[in-house]
Amino acid sequence: MFKPLALAAAVSAVFSLQASAAATQLTVYTALEAEQLKSYKQAFEKANPDIEIKWVRDSTGIITAKLLAEKDRPQADAVWGLAASSLAILDQNGMLEAYAPKDLGKISANYRDAANPPAWVGMDVWAATICFNTVEAEKQGLSKPVSWQDLTKPEYKGKIVMPNPASSGTGFLDVSAWLQTFGEPQGWAYMDALHQNIGQYVHSGSKPCKLAAAGEFPIGISFEYPAVQLKRQGAPLDIVLPKEGLGWEIEATAVIKGSPKADAAKRLADFSASPAAMELYKDNFAVLAAPGIAKPQTELPADYEQRLIKNDFAWASKNRDEILSEWRKRYDGKSEKVAQQ
Amino acid sequence: MSLPLTPAKDARRGDVALGERLFVVGGKSLLLVLLLLAVVMPLLAIFWKGFSGEAGQGGGLLAARELFASENFHWLLGNSLSVALTVTAIVVPLAYLFAYALQRTLIPAKGLWRGISLLPLLAPSMLPAIALVYLFGNQGLLRSLLSENIYGFWGIVLGEAIYTFPHALMILLSALSLADARLFDAASSMGAGPWRAFRSITWPATRQAVFAAFCLVFTLTITDFGVPVVVGGDYQVLALEAYKAVVGQQQFGRGALIGMVLLLPALLSFGVDAWLRRRQGEAMSGRAQVFEPKPSRCRDACFLAIVLLVCAALLVVIGMAVYSSLVTFWPYNLTLSFKHYLFDDTAGGGWLAYRNSVTMALCTALIGSIVIFTGAYLMEKTQGQRLLNQALRLLSFIPMAVPGLVLGLGYVFFFNLSGNPLHVFYGGMALLVLCTIAHYLTTAQMTAATALRQLDGEFEAAALSLKAPLYKHFVRVTVPICLPALLDIIRYLFVSAMTTVSAAIFLYSPDTILAAVAVLNMDDAGNVGGAAAMSTLILLTSAAASLLLAGASRGLLRRSQAWRQRAPGH
Repeated sequence: MFKPLALAAAVSAVFSLQASAAATQLTVYTALEAEQLKSYKQAFEKANPDIEIKWVRDSTGIITAKLLAEKDRPQADAVWGLAASSLAILDQNGMLEAYAPKDLGKISANYRDAANPPAWVGMDVWAATICFNTVEAEKQGLSKPVSWQDLTKPEYKGKIVMPNPASSGTGFLDVSAWLQTFGEPQGWAYMDALHQNIGQYVHSGSKPCKLAAAGEFPIGISFEYPAVQLKRQGAPLDIVLPKEGLGWEIEATAVIKGSPKADAAKRLADFSASPAAMELYKDNFAVLAAPGIAKPQTELPADYEQRLIKNDFAWASKNRDEILSEWRKRYDGKSEKVAQQ
Repeated sequence: MSLPLTPAKDARRGDVALGERLFVVGGKSLLLVLLLLAVVMPLLAIFWKGFSGEAGQGGGLLAARELFASENFHWLLGNSLSVALTVTAIVVPLAYLFAYALQRTLIPAKGLWRGISLLPLLAPSMLPAIALVYLFGNQGLLRSLLSENIYGFWGIVLGEAIYTFPHALMILLSALSLADARLFDAASSMGAGPWRAFRSITWPATRQAVFAAFCLVFTLTITDFGVPVVVGGDYQVLALEAYKAVVGQQQFGRGALIGMVLLLPALLSFGVDAWLRRRQGEAMSGRAQVFEPKPSRCRDACFLAIVLLVCAALLVVIGMAVYSSLVTFWPYNLTLSFKHYLFDDTAGGGWLAYRNSVTMALCTALIGSIVIFTGAYLMEKTQGQRLLNQALRLLSFIPMAVPGLVLGLGYVFFFNLSGNPLHVFYGGMALLVLCTIAHYLTTAQMTAATALRQLDGEFEAAALSLKAPLYKHFVRVTVPICLPALLDIIRYLFVSAMTTVSAAIFLYSPDTILAAVAVLNMDDAGNVGGAAAMSTLILLTSAAASLLLAGASRGLLRRSQAWRQRAPGH
């Protein structure tokens, strides 16, 4: 028969396109920046030629929601590069397999899960940064902010972009840090005032810095990695580290419980904590989970690590849901007045 | 004209009859199963998901009441409605004038204007939105023309207007293509001016098409999230909320509820449209004479101005998207480079996404055209199985009333059901192809049916008297004769598959990510240059495929006409 035959042939052709190499395919969920994925994957696969990484990448909030939604039928084998506060939530849901990587001894005690063996192990630290476009600032006569409080000045009305904390890990660490450093009522009052100046809330943590670099909005609340990268590419950016202190997060790795490829996933965890991997992270981050390897980044001050706030991760992950629903109630959906400058 | 199969059955040898029945009944049954799986079940799944109250999914009656009563929902609904109404109010009159200019005036270079006006069809809806950011964003080329930046209501309206313009135009072009010159002669001999003639002849003959265009633009706008995602800023709409609920928060029940709301305008307008169509009689009688517009310098100048204006706007927008994909670092380094086309170092899927899209579009075009054309043939040219025929006709009209966003949600719910043996297809290319074919089925099927109806039933009768099996006749006679229409269907399916994002966004996996989805992801990550580059690639690919197929079709048409002319000479 003409039609069914052709159909069958075409469908099987589609399927054969999907089949590929024989190596163990490890499904790895990540919120790492896309630019980092290639070199990390290459390095891991070079050290473990029998394993192939299949990335599933999205923003922190989305990867977290996806993992939680798949709780009963996990699709991921491992997580490489997700906020520790998100991993803590997965751990509370019993979704992580505790595992001590070979090089666990080299990891700072404050950059890993306290339990033994730990549910997650840190890779590096990323922290809040303000990206400030100097060309646009001059054009529009904006003074350079030096603190978080400065951002509520009326002169910045509609000029600031920040990530939506519900979808972006960077957005959440900002909100969590403001609530911790200013105190809860003052933190919300601060965000109320800041909200008046926000031109847009965006989906990802790096987009505000990219928008600032392009001058689309002169000020982006972001993190240091895109700021440093964009500055190196020649964007007219000043990297502002607000004087009240920087909110921060640990980027970490974990093995998903019940994965049929647990052995391969554990080898990924081994690699992620190894000095070889730290050499990779070093290019992108100034603070690493294993001390003594990091090199200072010329775009960041030498005392960068001291500027990080005292961060209570247990508090942040325990209250994540309430913080986000309060944030949504206050600023999401009803923000059309702000969008029009 | 149709062919009575059943009485002829005993006149032929048993195995031919068996093959015949297998072709006709088997083909129809297969099509029925396909339609049930690809259209009906996913739609039912939406309702099931929306009203079943699974924990943490935001569905169920209680959640529905809460959602529909919430202030946020009213705000979103109000935004969606005002955007969609504004877009229709701009697009439909403009498209009508444009179509009128092309069909009822003597302006020069009509083919060129037609080609330009259809360009937005070749790109995903994000392309006009990205271009708008580069034109009217804070760093936009023409920023000084506007008092506010583009993000928000007007950004969405403009983007959607460009995206939906060719869709409305196509409907109105075909409505205005037919006119009976005798009516206009009568009108002018009775002393009616052009305005009076328009009001009493042209308008009544085309108002149903205007309504159809209105409905199409409204539905396309209210269910599109590509434009709001890029230029919406904090102005949010329902389609975006459904997308965020499912993709962002994994709240499938909530997504299903909003999907049902978005299905309403489409169903409603589809129903009214069908009713109007039934009321409107035959547009053209057999004795009609083809209308030829008379020269009128003033009229033509006015219409040419409108056409030029619209074409200029479309060219500026599309040109801006292409230009911005080549600029190294907007707005500080305007040197041109292919930097943004080096997709492999950026988020979004890169060249894999592009390759996947081409594969998906090819599979959709080839499999889709074969299935749809064969199905249309069986429905049009065989008379048995009346009930089956009716069921098939009904079912093949459903996809027209179902927005891609809703169809995609339905696929997620149906194929991801635990216990569904078809779950293995989830996230695979086969499902993307199936969904895309189902999404664009109705238009393709209507094209096929129109072409087939023009063929005389005598062909089948001749085949029958020669005792040739029907499927042989179909492959050797019908398909070659209808090749131009078939190529049209292939082109339509290919371009639609290249540009669609509405359903695919819910169905891809990392291995099967598509180019249009990559555009969305890159824009999300702030890589607007990359998004512009990928959109440009999609545009070029669709354009190349269209030109290729149009060329092939023209060549074939010439040959088939030559054949028709030679025939009497024998």
